[in-house]
Amino acid sequence: MNPLERYEPLVDDAAAFRAACDRPLPSVVRVNEMAASPARVREAFDEEGVAYEPVAWHDGLFRLPDGNPGGNWPYVHGWTHGQEEVSVLPGLALDPQPGERVWDACAAPGSKTTQIADAMDDEGTVVANDNNLGRLSALRHNAERLGITNAIVTNQDARNFSTKPLAFDEFDRALVDAPCSCEGTCRKNPDVVDQWTLDHVHAVAGIQKGVLARAVQATRPGGTVVYSTCTFAPEENEAVLDHVLANEDCELVEFDLPLDTVPGVTEWEDETYDESVTRAHRVYPHHNDTGGFFCAKLRVGGEGDESASDGEVAA
Amino acid sequence: MTADGAPTNDGQRFARLPETPADREVEGRASRREVLDWWAERFGVDPSVFEGYSFWEKGAGKVWIFNGEATDPSEVEAIGMTLLRTRQEHWKPTSRAATRFGGHATKNAIELGSEQAVSFMAGDDQDLPEWDGDWGYLIATHEIAGGQEPIGVGLYLYDELRSVVPKGSRADLPVVE
Repeated sequence: MNPLERYEPLVDDAAAFRAACDRPLPSVVRVNEMAASPARVREAFDEEGVAYEPVAWHDGLFRLPDGNPGGNWPYVHGWTHGQEEVSVLPGLALDPQPGERVWDACAAPGSKTTQIADAMDDEGTVVANDNNLGRLSALRHNAERLGITNAIVTNQDARNFSTKPLAFDEFDRALVDAPCSCEGTCRKNPDVVDQWTLDHVHAVAGIQKGVLARAVQATRPGGTVVYSTCTFAPEENEAVLDHVLANEDCELVEFDLPLDTVPGVTEWEDETYDESVTRAHRVYPHHNDTGGFFCAKLRVGGEGDESASDGEVAA
Repeated sequence: MTADGAPTNDGQRFARLPETPADREVEGRASRREVLDWWAERFGVDPSVFEGYSFWEKGAGKVWIFNGEATDPSEVEAIGMTLLRTRQEHWKPTSRAATRFGGHATKNAIELGSEQAVSFMAGDDQDLPEWDGDWGYLIATHEIAGGQEPIGVGLYLYDELRSVVPKGSRADLPVVE
């Protein structure tokens, strides 16, 4: 069975959804604004004859129709980083600020870590964690290539992450860009559809619950946690949120994303989920011609400022 | 520990550089002041550029630069980025440090032409007899989008600029006139 079929009841136009999933995605790069402005990157691309197209909803993203995002001078200088459009969304939702303490729980290979550090203007501390030592070398390579000096790289199981090696014991913000069954990346990597199994969905959902719970625990009262995946599976999205809402002191908050999205679903197969999961965003490939994605924003409970309150996400 | 009880460098562990040579407890470890003096002397980088950053050693002579909060000692995989190789006769900045901080260099930075820059990034050595500055490690730069931009580190010896761009970072790039 093609796993994409199981999501057809969730989408408005199943044929358009399937057609979009079958089209390849263009190469996209994000500008590392610590190193260069989007205008300077455009100027360098023009000098070098690199074809590029702007992305309407974000002036720091460029589509490269000829591919090869690494074969040009802006890349060599660390001015750009190959990163798919939807993958930029959780960093926007997280909205990290200079000087803060931010945890990227599942960080490798580092696209979102480097985006976070850029948003913080390289000031404050980003703790980039991954349980996979092999993938950490890619993370470190990317962080160095982009000139990031405010990241600490750790190699722990995020589900029982210890803050002991750090100079502080709670974060202002945390990103859980969870390992998932990844059907949303089928336009880049069609193999994910062939390798998909329901057993894997259930196994990975357990890990996701553990990591998100730990992220809520490790974030200060009033702080922000963003949960994202590149899967359409409600088992890995709304069900994970539902679990954490029931077991940890946190709430889902409304937030806007600069793309067309639909709300999280409250029913799936035999399950129903907390009504507030509708505050999460589902991104379908046929709505914006992107990959598929899921993104939710949580406010950690207890006394604290309202940093996670409603608000427009700046692109 | 050494035989006489002095602490030694643990290559697996981050340790903050001592402020000055007088504060040094671990033999051979560079001090913060020496690192600042070296950047100032070798490349004319004003020490104020590094204000607010902390310096750490992990590995034999590998100095890291960090702009966040950290306790001492810290058992993590990495903090900040690698800056410099010490514990050898000639200290060497990392290529990434050259791209990140080399824009502050006021000497021993060599401006390469378009073809020279491409050749440098490909990892090739090239004859450059016209350089009349110091021998040793230089910061190579080129013109892009209206400014000189550091590319990496070269080793200048006997009229030749050797590219020391790490293998994993080499690139085959077009010549931009």
